[in-house]
Amino acid sequence: MLLLALDTATPAVTVALHDGTAVIASSSQVDARRHGELLLPAVDRVLAEAGLGLDALTGIVAGNGPGPYTGLRVGLMTADTFGLALGIPVHGVCTLDGLAYAADLAGPFVVATDARRKEVYWARYADSRTRVTDPAVDRPADIADEVRDLPAVGAGALLYPDTFPKAHEPEHVSAAALACLAAERLAAGEELPAPRPLYLRRPDAQVPKNYKVVTPK
Amino acid sequence: MADTRDEPLVLGIETSCDETGVGIVRGTTLLADAVASSVDEHARFGGVVPEVASRAHLEAMVPTIERALKEAGVSAKDLDGIAVTAGPGLAGALLVGVSAAKAYAYALGKPLYGVNHLASHICVDQLEHGPLPEPTMALLVSGGHSSLLLSTDITADVRPMGATIDDAAGEAFDKIARVLDLGFPGGPVIDRYAREGDPEAIAFPRGLTGPRDAAYDFSFSGLKTAVARWIEAKRAAGEEVPVRDVAASFQEAVVDVLTRKAVRACRDAGVDHLMIGGGVAANSRLRVLAQERCEAAGIRLRVPRPKLCTDNGAMVAALGAEMVTRGRAASDWDLSADSSLPVTDPHVPGEAHAHAHSHTHDHVHEVSKENLYS
Ligand SMILES: [Zn+2]
Repeated sequence: MLLLALDTATPAVTVALHDGTAVIASSSQVDARRHGELLLPAVDRVLAEAGLGLDALTGIVAGNGPGPYTGLRVGLMTADTFGLALGIPVHGVCTLDGLAYAADLAGPFVVATDARRKEVYWARYADSRTRVTDPAVDRPADIADEVRDLPAVGAGALLYPDTFPKAHEPEHVSAAALACLAAERLAAGEELPAPRPLYLRRPDAQVPKNYKVVTPK
Repeated sequence: MADTRDEPLVLGIETSCDETGVGIVRGTTLLADAVASSVDEHARFGGVVPEVASRAHLEAMVPTIERALKEAGVSAKDLDGIAVTAGPGLAGALLVGVSAAKAYAYALGKPLYGVNHLASHICVDQLEHGPLPEPTMALLVSGGHSSLLLSTDITADVRPMGATIDDAAGEAFDKIARVLDLGFPGGPVIDRYAREGDPEAIAFPRGLTGPRDAAYDFSFSGLKTAVARWIEAKRAAGEEVPVRDVAASFQEAVVDVLTRKAVRACRDAGVDHLMIGGGVAANSRLRVLAQERCEAAGIRLRVPRPKLCTDNGAMVAALGAEMVTRGRAASDWDLSADSSLPVTDPHVPGEAHAHAHSHTHDHVHEVSKENLYS
């Protein structure tokens, strides 16, 4: 097994290679505005570090959010196109599950990432491998009663201490954790779904005033 | 006919607005032109919603690439390069195409060419009428652009002669169609009604055609307002709006200015070829009037078939193939989508080959603006 994992659903642009036993190379950069520029050079670097080419891969693992859409799509489009070009399967893993896995907690806790617009993407977990609610997007104050007493990880939790007083690291998802989780599930014979984006919000229906203007004035 | 097997086989990806286009060409020969449009999803909003377009691009990309390869009857491993629209366009939409093109080129071990959307609109005519004459004057008109461009080498030298100072021509068609309750997009439906109307029924204004106005720039905002006011006045007076005459007279005002300025630019620059591209080039009256005026001025007119005028991947592949043929530098793996890529940059060469750029643009600002949709 050789998996390439990537995630662009949080401010981190993160890539890792997993050989079925362990992560053999990885890269994480935090820059919410440059997912598109950073991702492919990161893939190139990670492969070079491992001394391998893309043709050695047996599968791709992509974090399918939820996360800010523009960045999220960079990772999903890259993963889908790799899958097409290489003829290998592309597996989707919820980005929050990757954060939960990295948190390495045995009891109940919450994962929350920054959904912008003063909201968080979040889900509850029984332990690091078991999610008990569907990912959702909410205002922190609206879910405070539900999550205040639980430990919490992720940038969304760290951002709103009133709602998540027990927030701690990790802040962003790592592809290494995503790869380990996927490798574990695949080794256990689990089927992982194709990576469909978890947007959780409808597109803004508002048409920009100068819609369809694509030429600079 | 020359043996075309030595010509570069290039796949092009276009996602600057609401069409997911994947085209394949060999040199100047069109092999496939697969397009998936999200236009129906935008219709009820009366315009393209960027986030809706971006979501549709992500869904449509892989099936559209597969369809293009099948249509062309070629294998991805035989491609000589991957071209993609790097800009200008909607930032989030462009980024989907750029991400796909980079991953595809990297995984296949092929060179990547980030190219300019406007130069692609010009270059597509090679697929229809053979190699572009040099120089060529180009009039690009669509919902997103209204530009007069002069190109001496489509891979290296595209000069802006004039552009709209407010709305694009296609936008004016959309707006008037909306005022007349004819739906979105407005171009085809206005064209249809106009065929049965009198283009001289109402004297609508010709923007920027005064003696002191910029010779090659366009303005359609005043026309838009004048037509809307005329219609509203009729309605306010309880009279029936003569839809066909309004459509014909409005359309005449647009195409009169477009063709008059394009022919003048050709004359002034001593260029004897004019190509017209962009979605509005599908307008039947524009084609007829341009033909008449070009003939009178001794100019050869080249207009590709309508499907090649609207946004598509074949035009991107056509420019990509020209980049390969002329030995232009490939783009780097950190190629980014540039929503305001200047028309003077026909492509985005890699760092090692890039020449000094005089323009500066604010990527951070653009990305954060787009992120309002996140
Ligand atoms: Zn266009």
